Amino acid sequence: MTHYEDIKKHIRELFINQKLAVLSTHHSGQPYASLIAFVGKEDLREIFFVTPRTTRKFENLSTDSRVAVLINSSINVDTDFHEAVSVTALGNAKEINGAEKDEILGLYLTKHPYLEAFATSPTCALIGVKITSYVLVKNFQHVMELSIDQ
Amino acid sequence: MKWILSPLEIRPDHRNRIGGKAYTLSLMAREGFKIPETLFLTVDAYNAFVNGAGLRERILLELNRKKFKDMRWEEIWDCATRIRNIFLKKQIPDPLKSYLTEKIQSHFSGKTLAIRSSAPDEDASGSSFAGLHESFINVRGTSSIIDHIRLVWASLWSDAALLYRQEIGLDVDKSEMAVVLQETVTGNRSGVVFSQNPNDETQVIIESVYGLNQGLVDGRVEPDRWVLDRDKKTVLSHKPVQREHWMIPSEHGVEMAALPEDLSRRSPLSSQEALDICELAYRAEALFKAPQDVEWTIKNDTLYLLQSRPITTLSPSETQDKRAWYLSLHRSVENLKALRTTIEETLIPEMAKTAKDLAEQDITVLSDRELAGEVRRRWKINQHWVNTYWEEFIPYAHGVRLFGQYYNDAMRPDDPYEFMNLLTQTKMVSLERNRLMEDLTSMVRRDRQLFERLKAGEPLDLDSEFGEKVNQFIEKFGDLSCAVTGGTECATDTRPLFKLLLEMAVNPSSLASRKKPKDARTQEKNFLNCFEGSKRKEAVDLLDLARSSYRLRDDDNIYLGRIEAQLLSAVKEAKSRVESFERRGTHKSELDDLKSVIQDFDYGTDHRKVSVQKNEYGGMVNPRQLVGQPAGPGLSRGKARVIRQHLDLQDFKHSEILICDAVDPNMTFVIPLAAGVIERRGGMLIHGAIIAREYGLPCVTGIPDATSLIHTGDDITVDGYLGIVTISQKDR
Repeated sequence: MTHYEDIKKHIRELFINQKLAVLSTHHSGQPYASLIAFVGKEDLREIFFVTPRTTRKFENLSTDSRVAVLINSSINVDTDFHEAVSVTALGNAKEINGAEKDEILGLYLTKHPYLEAFATSPTCALIGVKITSYVLVKNFQHVMELSIDQ
Repeated sequence: MKWILSPLEIRPDHRNRIGGKAYTLSLMAREGFKIPETLFLTVDAYNAFVNGAGLRERILLELNRKKFKDMRWEEIWDCATRIRNIFLKKQIPDPLKSYLTEKIQSHFSGKTLAIRSSAPDEDASGSSFAGLHESFINVRGTSSIIDHIRLVWASLWSDAALLYRQEIGLDVDKSEMAVVLQETVTGNRSGVVFSQNPNDETQVIIESVYGLNQGLVDGRVEPDRWVLDRDKKTVLSHKPVQREHWMIPSEHGVEMAALPEDLSRRSPLSSQEALDICELAYRAEALFKAPQDVEWTIKNDTLYLLQSRPITTLSPSETQDKRAWYLSLHRSVENLKALRTTIEETLIPEMAKTAKDLAEQDITVLSDRELAGEVRRRWKINQHWVNTYWEEFIPYAHGVRLFGQYYNDAMRPDDPYEFMNLLTQTKMVSLERNRLMEDLTSMVRRDRQLFERLKAGEPLDLDSEFGEKVNQFIEKFGDLSCAVTGGTECATDTRPLFKLLLEMAVNPSSLASRKKPKDARTQEKNFLNCFEGSKRKEAVDLLDLARSSYRLRDDDNIYLGRIEAQLLSAVKEAKSRVESFERRGTHKSELDDLKSVIQDFDYGTDHRKVSVQKNEYGGMVNPRQLVGQPAGPGLSRGKARVIRQHLDLQDFKHSEILICDAVDPNMTFVIPLAAGVIERRGGMLIHGAIIAREYGLPCVTGIPDATSLIHTGDDITVDGYLGIVTISQKDR
């Protein structure tokens, strides 16, 4: 397996097996991290999540759309240090509206059916992050980068 | 594991997959008892539904909005309502649906069924859940049977069942539900038999009615009663009753009907039949090695056993008593109708008359001793009505809940509170008061001179049109300076009213711009069109009952407020006499009684403490986002106005968010100014939520410490869809 295929395989596995990710935004240079329930697109080009419009993360990404998203497979045990895989995705966030929204909400709710009331609330926004690159970390310190041409 | 098992397939290790009720039936079938045709839907079918539809986590999200022990019963009811609605709306996964359809059709081939709950954790706890989960009888048609299976599954999460599980320490996360599907045996005589009289171990008791057992079990049809000697197996006595009604199958379940005259004259059982039933109970007792409470029915002279369970009343425990209390939270339609008559025809007129009589009495002419006596008398009167409020008015509020469930079962709306639109067309006293306030506001708005005079605090010309209207308003609704439920001093003062009128006058009426509820007339028509014949009449009656219940939920507080205001006015008179003497430095022994009365009625010391949460690092803990219950859809942003005591209301400004411990109906006059409502008390049917919905305001209820975590002047956002409140931080 090439490095490229290996990275893609790990990212896909994280997309499928992980429900939560950490989103990083900032406000006037002050970084801010928050937990999100996400879904990733099969082609790895985009990650989606839902947030109320009253949150800090929404306010921050409305001002600066550049974000980072960390997805990780650790389960809080010692073996995580050698077994867990993490990927940091860098990209630009944008609210999804219009015809595309229904399709993506469907994808989102297939993964998180219990969030239906939350995700369909008129006060929540569906956010898509177009990924520009992935940074994959495994075996504790092994780091590989994958650029995505959008 | 299979989704459906027949009684003869059951092995001991299946017990935790089908529940005790089903397991007992399977043992009886194996022993050759005559039971109706039966199948068991295992907990695996339930799990296939909740997991396939993503419901498990959704239920737990609902139940964990805050600590279960911190939820009021009304909030738990709201959770249960939302969960029940999800169960009604969610599609059953195709493989399960096809399997159920095929099994029901092939096994029961068009027969009507009884669909009963059988929860395994009932077994594990050794406690009885009888009556807490739902069962249905005489259900016809495969799709209706599958619908009723959902309802039995959903009843695992009913308010009473949730409270009871919490009480006996069961883990709600692990709850599962099995279902008994049983052919309806339409017996022409039915009853129960206690193989041992709970009050006399030498006796057997049989109770019997004509028709189905339902009437006897829920206490609506009085039974004939036989007492038998346990050892000699002989009838000791038979107590016949006035036989008037029986429960018979109807198109949509069962209904109570008048008993044909020839039957009313005949005992439902012969002595020999009583002995046969006694024998049946002995066999059940021998099988389960404990005295049994057995339900039976006779069809075409064949005796069927419907259900057998140990007699729990032999040793009543505290837990069982509590189960009875949880069950009492739910009232039957008949019970509510009787309550309505009492409330509308007796209690409300009595309250109104009491308030009027007290108001007409001139307390200024009473001697000091007489005044002290009068204060005590008024306290007793007030206490009597407060007790009546809890005992009669609060249970009557269940009429709204009962209708809500009925509406949701029929309409399956996306919003489980859509039914409220049908109730808001009623004339509520508080809304009439707010309309009168709008009239007064218009007068102030139009008349610049009047506006300036009120602003300058100049005395009012009582003979003017405005003065007359103000007097009428005060006579009817008080001057807004009195709270209903104590805690603040009641001083007759028109300034709070004028202050609010001025605020309303300088701001455009916000009522007109608010969204109106959707066309209630069409909605009502659509709802009633779901029913035909006697069912339609039942729906009309229930809607009428719910409207009355909804209206009274608010009005009763206002009448109660009027009575309390009269108590407070007597206390105020007493206070002013004592203070006047104390200012002069004189002593009068007759005043001692008055002084002690004032001490007893020390209103005015209930200012809530604001908790300043400074931590060991020297910083403050600030709330950012608080979760409560979504009680009125919408989103709004504004400055917080925290109401800690009643008089804080007079400072209320246009477009502020009202934050309070509990919206009192006498507090609702500021609602036309408000942009949103946040209340510590939780629930969809509390006053804050009702009034907010009425005015189309975003509302979040059930935020513990709302009045201490949020401060007047904070910038806040109320998300009434999700039930969250966001507090903006000024320093970021």
